[in-house]
Amino acid sequence: MSKLLLDPTSERRVAERTRLARPASLSDQVIGLLDISKPRGNVFLDRLEERLLQAGAQVKRYKKPTFTKPAPVDLRHEIATNCTLVIEALAD
Amino acid sequence: MSARPRLPDGLVVIVKEECETCRMVAPLLAQFECTVYTQDDPSFPHSVSPIHDADLAVSWHHDIETVPTLIRVMDGVEIERTVGWSQAEWQRITGIATLGHDLPLMRPGCGSMSVDPDRVDALRAAFSGDVLKARRIELADLDDEIEKMFDLGFTDGLPVVPPTAERVLRMLQGTTRSPDEVVAIVPPDLVEVTVEKIAINAVMAGCKPEYLPWVIAAVEAICTDEFNIHGVLATTMPVGPVIVCNGPGAKAIGMNAEGNAMGQGNRANLTIGRAVQLVVRNVGGGRPGEVDRATHGNPGKISFCFAELEQGSPFGTLATARGVAPGTNAVTVFAGEGPRCIVDQLARDPDSLANTFAACLRTLHNPKSVLGFDVILVVGPEHARVFAEAGWDRERLIAELHARLQIHGSELVRGAGGIAEGVPDWLADATLGKFRPDGILVVHAGGGAGLFSAMIGGWANGDIGSKPVTKEVRP
Repeated sequence: MSKLLLDPTSERRVAERTRLARPASLSDQVIGLLDISKPRGNVFLDRLEERLLQAGAQVKRYKKPTFTKPAPVDLRHEIATNCTLVIEALAD
Repeated sequence: MSARPRLPDGLVVIVKEECETCRMVAPLLAQFECTVYTQDDPSFPHSVSPIHDADLAVSWHHDIETVPTLIRVMDGVEIERTVGWSQAEWQRITGIATLGHDLPLMRPGCGSMSVDPDRVDALRAAFSGDVLKARRIELADLDDEIEKMFDLGFTDGLPVVPPTAERVLRMLQGTTRSPDEVVAIVPPDLVEVTVEKIAINAVMAGCKPEYLPWVIAAVEAICTDEFNIHGVLATTMPVGPVIVCNGPGAKAIGMNAEGNAMGQGNRANLTIGRAVQLVVRNVGGGRPGEVDRATHGNPGKISFCFAELEQGSPFGTLATARGVAPGTNAVTVFAGEGPRCIVDQLARDPDSLANTFAACLRTLHNPKSVLGFDVILVVGPEHARVFAEAGWDRERLIAELHARLQIHGSELVRGAGGIAEGVPDWLADATLGKFRPDGILVVHAGGGAGLFSAMIGGWANGDIGSKPVTKEVRP
């Protein structure tokens, strides 16, 4: 008789999503820049903001309370509501 | 799985031939109307027509612990029972005043086959296995179960004990909690973990059932927002949950607080810590190379769990210092790296020894790093004795260390000492503490010989990172 073992995992399946198509232009985009609160992330995002503004995009800045935890649900909701794209500055 | 068999109305007797007391009462069973279930020899006793409880379903479902057991049943419901041979009880229940009058007044019975330690796990799986809700993984006949667990990605790099229903049900005997009780939401995947899933991982880690409440308490503790296991896992720093166990139960389950407390050789220490990490890996989905981004990691991320040596400590206990009532079993979790040894073999007065501690603690993570990281200071018994003889308790030791670890900003600013790392220049005139006020956790542990202590460096502390969390261990 074959042996049965119990599954130690959450038994969830990872949802796979296809990537969104690249936008044809930045000029009609509202781009959220999310600073995760790591040192110097703002340096990277400041430069990105300059470039994005030059390309005609609107830019909104956001910041996580701490880099050690996932962004709060309210913040994620706010970004999803107000932006068409988001860029996250990961680390120093 | 089987339903509970209904007992026939009237008198019911459960026996086994191997039992001397059963053989003694066997001739009596023909003297009154009864249904006899036999556990071993299908034809025993020959004087009646016994029913063979071959799969022990009747014995299991009716909680027969001793044979012979005499039960009176009315309308399918047990009214009363007696176990072993008691002349008075058998006479009363059968209503036959002279029953067995020539037998001894009392003779104990034997253990029922349904509670035989060699059979009980299989019986529990056969008759109670439906309480387990986890998906079954079927192994082919030729599969090596140990290798299969590696292949499925369920291990931490060491072999695990295959979690069969028998083993998991035995593990669940270690707690009064229901298998389907949700204990916590486990990051990073933020999924509910039940007592059953923790038990499965505890089996894999090698735990005994009596360890399970400690594993559950530690899982509860690390899954709090304060401890922040998501960040502890995701960080590039080499930290993991360090578990310190307090209370009489730690000793009762055989935990080690003495020689090699943080090392190898003790099953409880190693498997409790390992089970917690397996829950994070398997239930939470936190695996190295995925959400776990540690640059180096440390061996304690397999397991880092030890008990405090409460006896003889001049410091009280860590758990009571953190608000738990004395004598209560509790775990404290701390996001920590591996331990580093503090050597001082000459100090015989507390000031000198505190100076050594402070000098070593100053180097934690970086000699110029201040306020950002907590520490567990594990004071060895020979060092603790120096403080005890001078009357220093926990508060005094911590206060003396803080006093020695106030550092002028000129030593800490970026570039000072030829080291780029440091605090901003605007803090050059400030005096900063190496640790925040509650950032030193003192634990008493270690062997009786050796003028050594140890420090376990923490991770980003407070609201931005992780705070130590203490939880009571519930049965």
